[in-house]
Amino acid sequence: MAYLIHLAILFVIYAILGISLNLVVGYTGLLSVTHAAFFGIGAYIVAILGMQFGLNFFVGLLLGVVVAGIISFLIGFVLSRLGGDYYVLGTVGFNYIVWSVLLNWQEVTRGPLGIPGISRPKLFGLDFTSNLAFLFLAVIILGAIYVFSQSIVTSSFGRVLKAIREDERAINVFGYNTLYYKLTIFMIAAAMAAIAGSLFASYITFISPATFMVMESVFILAIVILGGFANLKGSLLGALFLIFLPEALRFVGFTEDIAAQMRQAVYGLLLVVLMLYRPQGLLGEYKL
Amino acid sequence: MAVLQTNKLEKHFDGVYAIDGLSIEVPKAAITSIIGPNGSGKTTLINVLSGMLDIDGGSIVLDGIRLSRFKSHEIPMYGLTRTFQEVRLFNQMTVLDNILVVLTERNVFSALFERHSNLHFMRTEELLKKINLWEKRNELAGNLSYGQRKLIEIARALAMEAQIYLLDEPFAGLFPEMLKVVVDIVKELKTRGKTVVLIEHNMDLIRELSDYVFVMDSGKLLADGKPNEVLNKREVIEAYLGE
Repeated sequence: MAYLIHLAILFVIYAILGISLNLVVGYTGLLSVTHAAFFGIGAYIVAILGMQFGLNFFVGLLLGVVVAGIISFLIGFVLSRLGGDYYVLGTVGFNYIVWSVLLNWQEVTRGPLGIPGISRPKLFGLDFTSNLAFLFLAVIILGAIYVFSQSIVTSSFGRVLKAIREDERAINVFGYNTLYYKLTIFMIAAAMAAIAGSLFASYITFISPATFMVMESVFILAIVILGGFANLKGSLLGALFLIFLPEALRFVGFTEDIAAQMRQAVYGLLLVVLMLYRPQGLLGEYKL
Repeated sequence: MAVLQTNKLEKHFDGVYAIDGLSIEVPKAAITSIIGPNGSGKTTLINVLSGMLDIDGGSIVLDGIRLSRFKSHEIPMYGLTRTFQEVRLFNQMTVLDNILVVLTERNVFSALFERHSNLHFMRTEELLKKINLWEKRNELAGNLSYGQRKLIEIARALAMEAQIYLLDEPFAGLFPEMLKVVVDIVKELKTRGKTVVLIEHNMDLIRELSDYVFVMDSGKLLADGKPNEVLNKREVIEAYLGE
């Protein structure tokens, strides 16, 4: 049961990452491979503020949201000058920059040693130290993010995002300054990724730069692709599938070591098969 | 009275002039056709007028406002909208959403909290019924036939409630019954006091609809005037028909 709770918490964290990235990739058509950077920014801010200044988790979470929002605004502005393949490369570059800062700014981040002993959240006498209580908190946050994201995609704003994805030049002619729309959704998604990062740091209680490399961004992108572009339920399904897949592999007789290695191969295989036979993902409504 | 003017307008691509010192005056509340052989710069002109391409020289005067540099998203502020030669719908969105998207809020933060209103929906219904595609409202635009997509693009332009409509080959590839729908729309726009600029190759339609015609060749103005005068000019026949 404890292990199931552990997996459920990981599922919730990655579902937040999948939903938020889907807003950018699936709904707006911006193929971003930098989500792990914002995930990392949220995680490190909670960890550093908690460990060095004794600040409450929720204060760290809010600051993480603000910092991720500001950085994503600046990065989004630079990226807006790039199109197509160059945009993708730009996002990869940004993920490397953030990872490099986390690795080398040792006075603040402790570099490759990482930050251990991060505390669990407490709020008004409520203690989320136990995994079950933490899961409860995480699910509430996921629920709020899901409802907020659903309201975005069903609003007039969401309809414009889809139009940008379909033909940005055309929607421009109808009076929409698409730069503002792209920046706004990029900032919202980055802020959500920072929330996931805060939860991750506080749950695992140890973070290091290795968790926030480009491969992690690719993993989050795989959640979106597998579950389906422009479908929020798809991101839940994608996260569920990719978090529980290694466990399924163990149940069919693979040892833990092999299951972990097989996981990467199976992710790769799944993506190739999906691109061939169902390019919009399992529940997706949009083809790249 | 001219509602749209170009003054010595220039647009070039790598030194090749697509528009070369073009000065025209489009009359208000009338149907003006721009004709010319392929490559004469007609679509480039529409792209420049709608802000999709920057101007390299000269200026545009829209309803008395002189513009030398402007962005395409600012164009509706000047009461101008357009359709495209190659249909550019939002293919993986429904027909309904293709119209609704141009009816709703432009401001980012207001749009975040806005749902389309009954008024938006009723206007969309009215437009889709006008082009006989209300039954297709929930289908993806990309799944419809070329002619149907062309009609939706015209309905989308009508939804903008503009003063000036730039229609780039709106009749091309349409079946007769669809063509009649578009002809009626263009005529109705004129009776409502709107200005229509047509790029068209069908000479019968140009004669039937146009109040004024500009003929372009190699980015320059070759001739202009009433349709029957212009279409009978020897230089126009030579340039346009290669005779």
